[in-house]
Amino acid sequence: MAFSNEQLTRYSRHIILKEFGIKGQKKLSRGSVLIVGAGGLGSPAALYLAAAGVGRIGIVDADDVDLSNLQRQIIHGTDDIGRPKADSARAGMLAVNPETEVRAVRAFLNAGNIMDIIRDYDFIIDGTDNFPAKFLINDACVLSGKAFSHAGILRFSGQLTTYVPGRGACYRCIFKEPPPPEAVPTCRQAGVIGALAGVVGSLQAMEAVKYLAGIGEVLAGALLTYDALTTAFRKIALPRRDDCAVCGAHPSITAPVDYAQAACDLTA
Amino acid sequence: MTLTVAGTPKEYPDGINLTRLIELEKVETPMYVTVALNDAFVESGGFEAAVLKDGDTVEFLYFMGGGR
Ligand SMILES: [Zn+2]
Repeated sequence: MAFSNEQLTRYSRHIILKEFGIKGQKKLSRGSVLIVGAGGLGSPAALYLAAAGVGRIGIVDADDVDLSNLQRQIIHGTDDIGRPKADSARAGMLAVNPETEVRAVRAFLNAGNIMDIIRDYDFIIDGTDNFPAKFLINDACVLSGKAFSHAGILRFSGQLTTYVPGRGACYRCIFKEPPPPEAVPTCRQAGVIGALAGVVGSLQAMEAVKYLAGIGEVLAGALLTYDALTTAFRKIALPRRDDCAVCGAHPSITAPVDYAQAACDLTA
Repeated sequence: MTLTVAGTPKEYPDGINLTRLIELEKVETPMYVTVALNDAFVESGGFEAAVLKDGDTVEFLYFMGGGR
């Protein structure tokens, strides 16, 4: 596949990087990323990945755009209020880069549909806002041997890790199972600064770019934490759990599991 | 004794266990924190028995469920 002159111009700041070059750009254009959640994390991730020239992007969200989303969900505009987030996000990506193939999926992921939905993608980005979804994505990616980026944000802090099959801990190695509903604060109860979601979602996009282009080292086997108030980033090495219920030597989880959704998360 | 907690070396009373360290560090959700001691996870049922010694490294990993 050869790039047109217009494409060479569009991606010139990538191509000029010697570690990336035409080769990296070709890999991106042949690559695919599924972004789950067109929200605070998913918005910047989707915009950067579309702009970067990722060949195919899927965006999953079952909700509609709400006025309270706009403080941080920068892929949506005021005119999009009431519109399905997946459609609004798709339009946002195509506006940035009409060459990207974008599939909008207006659905909640569950144990019954997740394996089919993630099958067609090289890399998954978890931009969800609740623990049942985060565990579901982890388990489905581990079971299907897919790399994915986990991230979570709360108040002024964020964390992320990248799971790559065979290369270190999964999300369930760290947190064995979802906490009971209401046991730990959620964004909706606790609040979040929009730019924090931007920082962490952009880090997720960077992980996807590195993974697809095969450059650098992805954040496997480590948890990166970011404290916005003190501007402190820390990279914590993660042990793997040999007895992890999904990625361990003798897994007890062999198919995706639905956990009860915390009521407070339903309309986040 | 000196413990390195969340990347920062600090002085703590000799012989404290993880339960006490969690109190001293005012961990917000002690029931749901994941603890790594010298690069191995400690099960929550094992905090009481985990007596810390000089030079130990402890990390607290917190649930962060937000994203939207
Ligand atoms: Zn695991």
